[in-house]
This record gives sequence, C-alpha cells and structure tokens, in this order.
Amino acid sequence: MAKKTQEGRIVRISGPVIEADGMRGAKMYDVVRVGEENLIGEIIRLNKDNAIIQVYEDTVGLKPGEKVVTTGMPLSVELGPGLLTNIYDGIQRPLPAIMDKTGDFISRGVEAYAIDRKKKWHFKPTAKAGDKVEGCDVLGEVKETSIITHRIIVPPDISGKILKIEKEGEYTVENDIAIISTDDGDIKLQMMQRWPVRKPRPVAKKLDPTLPLITGQRVVDTFFPVAKGGTAAIPGGFGTGKTVMLHQLAKWSDAQVVIYVGCGERGNEMTDVLREFPELEDPKSGEPLMNRTVLIANTSNMPVAARDASVYTAITIAEYYRDMGYDVALMADSTSRLAEAMREISGRLEEMPGEEGYPAYLASRLAEFYERAGRVKLLGSKDKEGSVSVVGAVSPPGGDFSEPVAQNTLRIVKVFWALDVDLADRRHFPSINWLKSYSLYLDEIQTWWKKEIGEEWLKLRNKAMALLQKESELQEIVKLVGPDALPPKERGLLESARMIREDFLQQSAFHEVDTFCPGKKQYEMLRLILKFSDQLQDAVSKNVHMDDIIKMKAHENLARMKTVPNKQFEKKFQEIEKEIDKEFISLIKGGK
Amino acid sequence: MSHKDIEYTTVTEVAGPLMIVEGIKDVAYNEVVKIRTSTGEERTGQVLEVFTDKAIVQVFEGTKGLDTEKTSARFIGETMKLGVSKDILGRVFDGTGNPIDNAPPVIPEDRRDINGNPINPYAREYPREFIQTGFSTIDGLNTLVRGQKLPIFSGAGLPHNEMAAQIARQAKVLGKEEKFAVVFCAMGITAEAANLFVRDFENTGALERTVMFLNLADDPTIERIILPRMALTCAEYLAFDLNMHVLVILTDLTNYAEALREIAAAREEVPGRRGYPGYMYTDLAMLYERAGRIKGKKGSITQIPMLTMPDDDITHPIPDLTGYITEGQIVLERGLHKKGIYPPVAVLPCLSRLMDSGIGEGRTRDDHADVSNQLYAAYAEGCDLRDLVAIVGEDALSDRDRKFLKFADEFEQRFIKQGSHEDRTIVQTLTIGWELLSDLPRADLKKIDEKYIKKYLPKTKEEKE
Repeated sequence: MAKKTQEGRIVRISGPVIEADGMRGAKMYDVVRVGEENLIGEIIRLNKDNAIIQVYEDTVGLKPGEKVVTTGMPLSVELGPGLLTNIYDGIQRPLPAIMDKTGDFISRGVEAYAIDRKKKWHFKPTAKAGDKVEGCDVLGEVKETSIITHRIIVPPDISGKILKIEKEGEYTVENDIAIISTDDGDIKLQMMQRWPVRKPRPVAKKLDPTLPLITGQRVVDTFFPVAKGGTAAIPGGFGTGKTVMLHQLAKWSDAQVVIYVGCGERGNEMTDVLREFPELEDPKSGEPLMNRTVLIANTSNMPVAARDASVYTAITIAEYYRDMGYDVALMADSTSRLAEAMREISGRLEEMPGEEGYPAYLASRLAEFYERAGRVKLLGSKDKEGSVSVVGAVSPPGGDFSEPVAQNTLRIVKVFWALDVDLADRRHFPSINWLKSYSLYLDEIQTWWKKEIGEEWLKLRNKAMALLQKESELQEIVKLVGPDALPPKERGLLESARMIREDFLQQSAFHEVDTFCPGKKQYEMLRLILKFSDQLQDAVSKNVHMDDIIKMKAHENLARMKTVPNKQFEKKFQEIEKEIDKEFISLIKGGK
Repeated sequence: MSHKDIEYTTVTEVAGPLMIVEGIKDVAYNEVVKIRTSTGEERTGQVLEVFTDKAIVQVFEGTKGLDTEKTSARFIGETMKLGVSKDILGRVFDGTGNPIDNAPPVIPEDRRDINGNPINPYAREYPREFIQTGFSTIDGLNTLVRGQKLPIFSGAGLPHNEMAAQIARQAKVLGKEEKFAVVFCAMGITAEAANLFVRDFENTGALERTVMFLNLADDPTIERIILPRMALTCAEYLAFDLNMHVLVILTDLTNYAEALREIAAAREEVPGRRGYPGYMYTDLAMLYERAGRIKGKKGSITQIPMLTMPDDDITHPIPDLTGYITEGQIVLERGLHKKGIYPPVAVLPCLSRLMDSGIGEGRTRDDHADVSNQLYAAYAEGCDLRDLVAIVGEDALSDRDRKFLKFADEFEQRFIKQGSHEDRTIVQTLTIGWELLSDLPRADLKKIDEKYIKKYLPKTKEEKE
C-alpha cells in the first residue's frame, strides 16, 4: 500500500517509552518500526516534530539516533480462519511460530503472520454472483474446527453487489474469493480481513441481554448469573481463586467461541490452558474445548506496553466471531495489570497522576473496553444476532476493593463476584462472597429459567439468599453466646444455611463430576435442600431434637448430591426426596 | 576511535544512586558503564535513561566519593553479562559477579545477558513432579513441584532461613537420582544468616553443587538490583544447558524492593503504593517468571524466594505483588513461633497453586487431595472455635465442637511441628493426618471420599473387635 511514511530519529529512551524527532505528519496511534531491529511500537503522543512511542518489545540496547519509521496504519489484527486453537502474544504474533524462529525464549524483532498464509481451507460459497450484500453478510463458509464453522463475512465497511464469487474449493486466506462492485469501485475480497483494534466493529443495534450464559458453576448460574452479552467483574486478592474461576468459565460456559486473555499473569497458567483444553470435552459436542478457543498471552514478564494491546486484540477477535452470529465469551485475567501498564506508561510520560498514581483516563479506558460487550443485532441484510460477554478479573492490592481499578470497574459492569480471602483460607471454593456479590441480570433472565428449567427458580434463589442473610446476623449472636444458647428454631436455621453453603455453593473445580453442574441439577439440588430445611423447621417445632436430624441418612445424602453423575442425577434425587419425606415422618412420630 | 575507548569526564550531576553524564554519543539503553573515581577506584553502573547527548546512570557500588570534576565514565558497548561455565558450581560471587572465594576467575564458556528473555509460554512444560521437602505443612498441604516458584512470607525474627536451609538439604524427587544444583542469592542479609547457609551446605556436602551470590547487609544497596538477575542467569544455564534440576533460593526480596524504591525516588518518579515504583509488579515478575520447565529439556528451575513482611503485614506491597505472581505462598506466623512450634507455618493463608497437578495416585498417594482438604477445613473450624471459647468459655461448647478444638491443638503439635532435622516422607505425613482425623466424628469427614475412609482411616477399638 502506498501510504506516506515518515522517518524520524530516536532522541530519548526510558524503558518501554521512546521519543523520536522528525515525525511531523505521523498520526496518533499509528504503528511505527523502531531501530535497526524493527521493533514494533505505537505513537501515543505528538508534540510538534516529536512523537512519543510505546514499544511493544524490550528496548534494551536501543540507541538515540536510530531510525523510527511510521507504517501509516493503526494497530490492527488479522481476522480469518486459523484463529481458533491458536495462541498469540499481545500484538497477535503466534507463539508457536515465534518458537520455531527463536527457540524456547522470546527474543526481539520477530515477525510472524498471525494467520498462516500457506494453509488451504475448504471454502464453500453460500452467496452467488448478483447478490446484493452489506457489511457482515455471509459470502461462504469454512469448517475451521470440528465445532466451529467459520463464516466468511463481508467487512463491515463494504457494501455492494457480488460480481464474482469463487466456487467451492481449497483456498489460502490471501486468495481472492469474491469481487464486490461498490460505489467506490470494485473490491476484491479474501478470506482474511484486517481491523484496527482500538475501533469497535460496528453493529446495527444493541439489544437487551435476556439469555443467561450458563457456566455450570452453581454460585454463578443460580445466585449471581451473567447474561449472554453481559459484563462481569471478579475481584479478589491473590490465592482467592480468580484464575481457577476464569478457567472454569472458559471451559464450561455455553458460549460458542471463547477468547482467553492472560494479561500480565503467570506463564504456567497459559501452559495449563494449553495442556488441559485439548483434552477436555465440550459438554455439548464432545469435541476438544480447544477447538472453540483462542488464547492471547502477554505474561507478566513479557513487554508491559503490549498489555493494553493484548486486551484490545482479544476483544476485536471476539467481535469478529460475534459478527458471524456466534455467542462469544471473553475472559480477561487480569484487568488490573492492564491498568498498571497504563500507570507505568503514564508515569514515563510524566502525566499528572490521578488516584494512586493511575492516569486520570483510567475510568474512561476501562469503560471503553467493557462497552464493547453486548448482545447485538448484527449489520447486514439478514436479521441476525450475536453476543460478546466479558468477564474481567481484578487483582486489587491487598485484596482491598476500594482501590481505583476495582471501583472504576464496578461502575461499569453489571455482575460483581466478590472473592473473599476468609472463604479461600477455609477452602470454600469458589470463594465468592454471597453477601457482597450481586447480579443485575436476575430479572432479565428469569423468564428463561422459568421456561426451560423450573417455575420456582427465582423464588428458591431468593429464599436461599434470605437464609444466608439471616445466618450472618445470627453468627454475630453466636459469637457472643455460643451456639447452644440459641433456641432450636434458630439452630435449625443455622444448619439449613450451612447446608446451602457447603452442599450447594461449594463446588470443586477439580472433581470430575462436580466441575460442571447442569442447570436442571442446580435447580433440583437447591430445591431439595430447601425442602429439607422446611421439614426441619416443622420437625423442630414438634420437638424433634437437632442431633437426630443431623444423623438422618437424607442429611448425608444431600451433602453428596454434587458428586452424583450428571446423567443419573434425576433418579437418585427422587430417591433422596422420598427419603427426606419418610425419615422426617418417622422422626416426628418418634418425637411424640 | 570506537566509543568503547572514550572516557567521558563530563559527569554533571550526582544524586543518590544516580549520576548524569553529558556530551555523550552513541550510548545504548541499559548499557554498562565503567566509572573511575578521582582516587582511581573502579565502579560499575548501568544506563537507566538516555537522550541524544545525556545519560542517566545508576551506580551499583554507591556514589560516595564521586565528583563532577575528575570522575570519568566509559560506556562498554554492551549490556550486563554474566560469564557462565560448568566450573561455576561450587563458587561464590559478590554483587557485581566477581569471585570472592580466593579462587581464580571462572573462564567463561559463554556470556549471557543477565536480563534474560521471557520463556515462550508455548514452550513451557507444566510442572507436575512432586518434590518432597520433608515438611508436613509443605508436602501434605501445599505441595511443591519442580519448576514452581513458591515464596516464604516471613517476618523479622522468624526462622525462615533455617527452613530454607532445611528445604535445600532435604528436597528430593522420589525414586530418582538426578543432577541437581542449588543457586543461592543473598540480598542484604546479615553475615550471620549467610554463614548459616554456608555451614549447612558444607556439612551436607552440597557446597560443590552450589553457586552463591552474596550481597550482605553492609554491601552496596544498588547491587541488589542486579544480583538476582545474575543468579537466575546462572540457574538458567545450569538448568537448560547442563540439564540440571536447580533450586534457587532468593533472600531477602524485601531488601531488593527497598533498593528498587531508592532508585525510583532518586529519579523523582511518580510513586505507587507506599512509595514503591508503579512498575514493581513487572520488575518482580521478571525475576519470578524465570522459574519453570521447558518442553524437551531435562532441567528445571524451582524458586524459593523469601521475604520479610514489614510489620507482618501480608497486604504490604512486597508480599502482595509477590503473591500475585508466584504460584502460592508459605506464610510464617509469629504466634506459632512464640508457642515454640517449628516450622511456624500458618497453614490457613498458605497455598500451592500447582499442588493439584503434582499429587494423587502415581505421584504421592490417591487420598492426598482429600486428606489435605479435610485437614484444612477441620483446622479452620478449630481456629474459629478458639475465638468463640475466648468469649463464652469451653463449657458452652458441644461435644462435637470440643473435638474440633482439640483437633486444632493436636494438629499444631503433631502435624505442623517437627524437628529441624526431621525429614518426613509423604506417607508419614499422610499417616499423621489420618491419625488426627480419626479423632473427629466420622460424619464430619465430608471432604474425603468414602473409599479412602475405608482404606486409610485407622480403626477404632470397637471396630477392631
């Protein structure tokens, strides 16, 4: 492309930030190549002739006087078949390709195509010559993995009439597959398109989220659900299980495509995903989970400037799959690292700091990111929908939620899962605190639950919440007088609450059955526990002793409900229900 | 004349650990600087920020005695490097990488950049091999695996050094004899503490498999910035070139963070929490993330960093940021130490993130995970009851609660506590665990699968009969 480029010289280097002169005419956020090694950077401030550039690679060894060349293009990602199952760094360079070029350690100045140029894909046209198409209309299909059919769509900013479309066959992502006649002349389209990461891909209309994102995690789905197209934040100190939780969501949520970003986190965590996902089965299709997943890794020891880019790269890929009509879920671990990267760069720019040294634009940047989530009506002549759900981890210093990143995130997202150090310390996992967390999607998605799972969903959920609330009040008293001083009714209530906590809310991510709990099973588990709770109160009022209730067979079986295999639970649960009825009747008789 | 030979006498400013040299040409970011003071003494520095004609240099051995008249600086045209060779084993180095064991300098086979490069996450091998340390609290509850970074969060006056020495002495992978080495990196610890390690390595004959990097409390502060980087470069060489299993002990990271803060303050950077620089997370990650395993390579790097929490505060930025990067933490507690319990490991806030992949059948034992979870839960409950007893007295408790209370005490005395030369096997550790659990009501062992209870729970007298 014949774009005008500027060439300047480095005049200052300070960590990941450099300054170059002779850059008049360069545009904000244009990508530049820095130094003899062609390091990749992005312009983040312009001042007369000088440009300030954040460099996405290590700047050690750069010298003032080395050249800086603009590319005239903003930071963009390549979109097309071949994204799924891949793992990229923050600026979409595939890590396997980097390994082939530079070995086990990542060195600088590596260039690698995000999407394999040589691989041939089997393209099947679904549109024909003469069709009128708009942005996001489907031209054809490619079977990208065993689960996902990659729909080749018209880029959002192009519309016109198809002059020619290739017939079914094998093509690389760079082969022309269609020619569109537009007002600006004929445009050749390939299976691959580019999109600047900082610009949201356009949609026809944002819709209200009304469907739940089923995650198979009881505390999430039943207590604090998130909707398809919704946003959620999961803040917690270290060791409270943020990453395990995000991995669980990435594994089991019923989105069709999952994008997982490791932003400033541990290298081994990405390895864990790479090791585990190809082996795990998607509960619906039985195919490896990896086949619906794209991984982006900018681990904590990789260049800090690319943290920001990694998150934008991820959300742009997510939007691309959404534009094919898919439900996409994006997990970002952790947005705090992104904020810290902003703080570091801002500090190097000597900007006036806001709260705790974070730049004043922290809130607006976070909002920009989360606002790219949503359930939407897609562009295009067909009336189609897609969604991007975003779950962001937050790592507040000292586990204190009053810090700026957590607070600014909470102002934007609609679901808050507060992870609690005390719960984690006693190995209550997921350590989501039921009193502090909330979800604002309950009303919107209750219709779905009522229709698909059970009439009483919201009622049961609220009843359980009320019990837990009551428990926390009683605990205050117990702390003062001891549990034995409480009247039997209150002791019964404490027992019910304990059962909800331990037998329902606690869920093991590492147990083969318990790791994923289907919606119907969740509903039945809660219903049985609450049924037990009601009969317990009744029995206690008829002078049945608490100790006898605790010794009941049903009581123990309720505790073991979570590990009943998901295929047989209905039969087993019916037995438990009968057992509850029978045992209570005999206890009450015996009591009299 | 190449720029390597130019001696600049244009030092214009000296402040704290920093020095500014003007009128320079062709200087690279992070380049090493050789400095000669007016009395002819040589020092080393590194370029922190560079302009077309000016460089800001941090001086490792301190700026005392530098002047703006005669002090000269020579930029050597490369970044900080460490000469490595297999003869490096058994040697002792100071904060700038010079040998201090009265032996001749190491003849390097290669010179490596001490900053290293990040391991490609795609090239990593997930750590799964169980390391038996001989400590019940670690092996049983917070298992360490090869390639993990597991720090010890301690406080001033707690026996973390003794613990680290004991781990270095006892650590082994079951059923295998493999090449191993210890890299010991001391940042600002006392000579006494350093001697403890040296003596221990000598007594066990481990000294010849050890490389030591020492910066003691009275050595220059700024050296602490480069010391761990040298140690880790050495560890990478041993692990990935010589196929050894390397245990890296870093102590004390608190002193490292102080040095980082000192430089940030001298540069007048915008401070983050408690005056530490905003990039401390990234900086610490550059050290910790150098632990790990690589696919297709035999060796591994396991890190045990130690830090003293200022005022025993786990939310202080140093332990806090560390905990966000490392794969778990072992926390020591003053209360236990005062009760005479060694090691004083506060079990509840401890964690090993890689435990699940390193334990179970074929690695430790099938019941390991369940026993560990149950011990945790029971001890947590016992500790809660202690608070309650303090208010209402023990008489107000039910029988069941009294059993848990007793369990917590026994757990501390029998499971946590052990001798400084007591090397427990994992089976011994689990056996103690089962014995303790057998005193609890059977119905309360909910975290353990029925089949393990049948297999391992010691039979009560009635059951035996």
